[in-house]
Amino acid sequence: MADNKQSANDGGRIPDVIGESVIRLDAREKAIGATQFADDFQFGPGLLYARILRSPHPHALIKKIDVSKAKALPGVKAIVTGDETPGFIGLYLQDRHIFCRDRARYVGDPVAGVAAVDEETAEKALELIEVEYEPLPGVFDPEFGVGPDAPLLHPDLGQYEVVNFVFPKPGTNISNHFKIRRGDADLAWAQCAAIVEKKYRVPHIQHVPIEPHVAVAKWDEGDNITLWGSSQSPFAQRNLIAKALGLSQSKIQVIAPVVGGGFGSKAGVSMEALAVVIAKAVKGRPVKLRLTREEEFFTTFVRQGLVAHFKMGCDKEGRLLAMENTYYWDAGAYTEYGVNMTRAGGYSGTGPYDVPNVKVDSICVYTNHPVGGPMRGFGMPELHSGLEQCVDDLAHHIGIDPVEFRQLNCIRGGDTVATGMTMHPIGLPECIDRVAKDIGWGKKSQPSAPNKRRGKGIAMMWKAPAMPPNAGSSAQITLSEDGTVTVALGGQEIGQGTFTVMAQMAAAALGVPYDWVKVATPVDTKYSPYEWQTVASRLTWSMGNAVVAAAKDARQQILDLAAEAWDEDPDNLDIVNGNVISYKTEESMPLKNMVIYGLPNPKGDGWIGKPVLGRGSFMPTYVTGLDAETGQGPRAVVHYTTGAQAVEVEVDMDTGRVEVLRAAAAFDMGKAINPEMVKAQMEGGLVQGISTALFEALKLKNGVVTNPSFVDYRIATTADVPHELFSEIVEVPQDDGPWGARGIGEHSMVPTIPAVANAIFDAVGIRMESPPYSSEKVYLAMMDAGIVK
Amino acid sequence: MAYHRITTTINGATDVVDVPSNMTLLQMLRDKLALTGTKNGCAAGECGACTVLFNGEAVNSCMVLAVEADGADIVTVEGLAHDSQLDPLQELFVSEGAVQCGFCIPGMLISARALLDRRPNPADHDIRDALSGNLCRCTGYVRIIKAVKEAAKRGHAEPA
Ligand code: FES
Ligand code: FES
Repeated sequence: MADNKQSANDGGRIPDVIGESVIRLDAREKAIGATQFADDFQFGPGLLYARILRSPHPHALIKKIDVSKAKALPGVKAIVTGDETPGFIGLYLQDRHIFCRDRARYVGDPVAGVAAVDEETAEKALELIEVEYEPLPGVFDPEFGVGPDAPLLHPDLGQYEVVNFVFPKPGTNISNHFKIRRGDADLAWAQCAAIVEKKYRVPHIQHVPIEPHVAVAKWDEGDNITLWGSSQSPFAQRNLIAKALGLSQSKIQVIAPVVGGGFGSKAGVSMEALAVVIAKAVKGRPVKLRLTREEEFFTTFVRQGLVAHFKMGCDKEGRLLAMENTYYWDAGAYTEYGVNMTRAGGYSGTGPYDVPNVKVDSICVYTNHPVGGPMRGFGMPELHSGLEQCVDDLAHHIGIDPVEFRQLNCIRGGDTVATGMTMHPIGLPECIDRVAKDIGWGKKSQPSAPNKRRGKGIAMMWKAPAMPPNAGSSAQITLSEDGTVTVALGGQEIGQGTFTVMAQMAAAALGVPYDWVKVATPVDTKYSPYEWQTVASRLTWSMGNAVVAAAKDARQQILDLAAEAWDEDPDNLDIVNGNVISYKTEESMPLKNMVIYGLPNPKGDGWIGKPVLGRGSFMPTYVTGLDAETGQGPRAVVHYTTGAQAVEVEVDMDTGRVEVLRAAAAFDMGKAINPEMVKAQMEGGLVQGISTALFEALKLKNGVVTNPSFVDYRIATTADVPHELFSEIVEVPQDDGPWGARGIGEHSMVPTIPAVANAIFDAVGIRMESPPYSSEKVYLAMMDAGIVK
Repeated sequence: MAYHRITTTINGATDVVDVPSNMTLLQMLRDKLALTGTKNGCAAGECGACTVLFNGEAVNSCMVLAVEADGADIVTVEGLAHDSQLDPLQELFVSEGAVQCGFCIPGMLISARALLDRRPNPADHDIRDALSGNLCRCTGYVRIIKAVKEAAKRGHAEPA
């Protein structure tokens, strides 16, 4: 791993631009309205518009589809159905067709697609398509779904193609079951002085990017496909769509401008393949599919629901002895992506605790609910939600302060985690201390009115990038005549600031000013170097390593050239502020021109050098498989980011309204490449976390989402932002991260729900089975508890 | 479909546009005039991404028919800067780190501009009120609120 350590050629000195809060390179363009998002591309008058006919039934056989009336409508150019899509698609488990064929499995499942001259005509055509369904009984609860009475949703589960680290159970609704068996939890309970056993639920929510999904596809006569879209995963889309359609990946070009908010919803393939299949029916013409806000709420990915059973115990000193956690994931109609959330929820299923005896079962269950997909936190906000409340209860039972209890039991560098992996150095204990101090732990403050009560709560978290063991990154560096630099890469700017961070890293590793660096956009699978996906908070670390390697490659080419020109050892040379300098002779020359044209041959006629082209790539190679029965193995994941949050809430006893007054967050991201941007992630994640704690749930009734609008599904607004916020950076370096960095984007919303729940408990002494802790729910819970009448 | 010829002033320039009677102002801006800085986040008046100044008031352009803009004075995000001199709000959104994905930002800026025009010295709760119809999923609003505060301060120090 030494190659990736950034101390290699700078003697451990960290360049100035690393750790500097430079201005985001995309901010100005975005603030003047000039940034082009996918919906802003102009395609001229040839553009057709697509709409999708969706199943109104949560589970039904499709007996017959008659499109003749719709086809006859003037302006309709094509109609496609599942007849056109025999292939399977899916990231980890190929369990779905692009358009469903014989069976629909959720309300919203695409049954047919229309291309027409405008959206209105396409919409009208949908009404003319006649579909005969035979409704079937459904599965609307994951615990019911694993039982003997549940209808089987995927009879062909055993035939689906699946990656080798996911274990479906054919003949059941279980598409993955991840287990940890460590020590002997059954024996350990007898030694516990206190045990907490409790069930918690987490409802489905939606990512709610403010930019809805949009895709434009064109299929030409030579079967070359171009797909423009708002996408976190252009390369994965190229791969999965090619496989589903039986085409070479080289036939598909995905062009992906910056994304107007992703949070996981635009990872993998969600709706893009629909546009591609429709485009095939109108060869040569671009077809645009733009989801309505209503569709956005339930037809792409949603965050899957969770039913969690916890049991944990400690000795009389408060040391955790055992944990037995069972997670039933309400993963929805297709679990092509969800199976890996289940796996992540399994291997991280103890939370960041040092526990000797562990039993975890993480079970991915098909239901007739919207499709569960990746969302910021990837299973961690859901499982920490109940887990961190149980930990608080256990601390109270044994009579130890919750902060102290966490300090006593939290995982530390060198500990063995539940999968058998040794934890790398982390700053979790410091994160706990910092948030406790910021929030004024242990001190009660006065409520703002006599009918209000205040409370404080803390929660901590861990999360590893969840991905295939060999998810790779690559990057390219080229220079212009004037010495300015272009970084080509395949990771996506989704708001998190990755382009800025990559520019900082390239500048630092090459030796040029930050404002000399541009990023080649939009990401285009035809021209951009490969990147697995923009997910898992993995780019700063993984793509960062690739960019640094590319910049170092370019740097070496420049130094070698200068060394030849000056007849010096390249080791005595450096690039500083865009100039090559010699430490020996103090000679200096600008990068400009030489990086393209080379230099005159110092020994006479001709030239030396060539255009500089830096290339770099990175792929972790050390992640091992885990035993299917015990979940044990040397290295389950690449690394963990850890952290904690603490909040103070005020509960209105007359209405049940909960307000988060102040909040503190501390995370250990190894090294903050851009500290202000890191803090911006912590703030955004915290408010998103508060939003999920207080307001958000998809209301599902027999598979129907009954609140698919901003009026009925409320997200946090300016009115809900705490008036006092602390964002703390803790830096315990990652051995193979660029300058020690690892991810922070997703982590920032993981512990928020339980921190708020623990604060509500501190204020009024109630616990509720599931978020959101709406006024109504809190008020009713206080009534049940006899706190209010 | 009946078409109407309307005359509007958009970002200072007066234009004549033919619009169908059911076309929204948002569709006119984006699809007819290629002013794509104004965003469509819901087309239902619920997210604020499409906010424009309509005779000085911040309105959701997805809820206004294009024909209603006949004779109106419209300002979109593209019209906030003058002679490549950014509006102080734009400058502060950039320097305070208030921009992440940027999709909500045009609407945010317009709502903030309407606020500062109406109330040059807003209190914290004025800012929160004025922006409460503009949804942002990325930033947590923290730096957006701060940027508006700073812009107000700056506006006071050096009146334009
Ligand atoms: S697009 Fe107009 S309010 Fe959302
Ligand atoms: S910056 Fe992404 S929605 Fe506001």
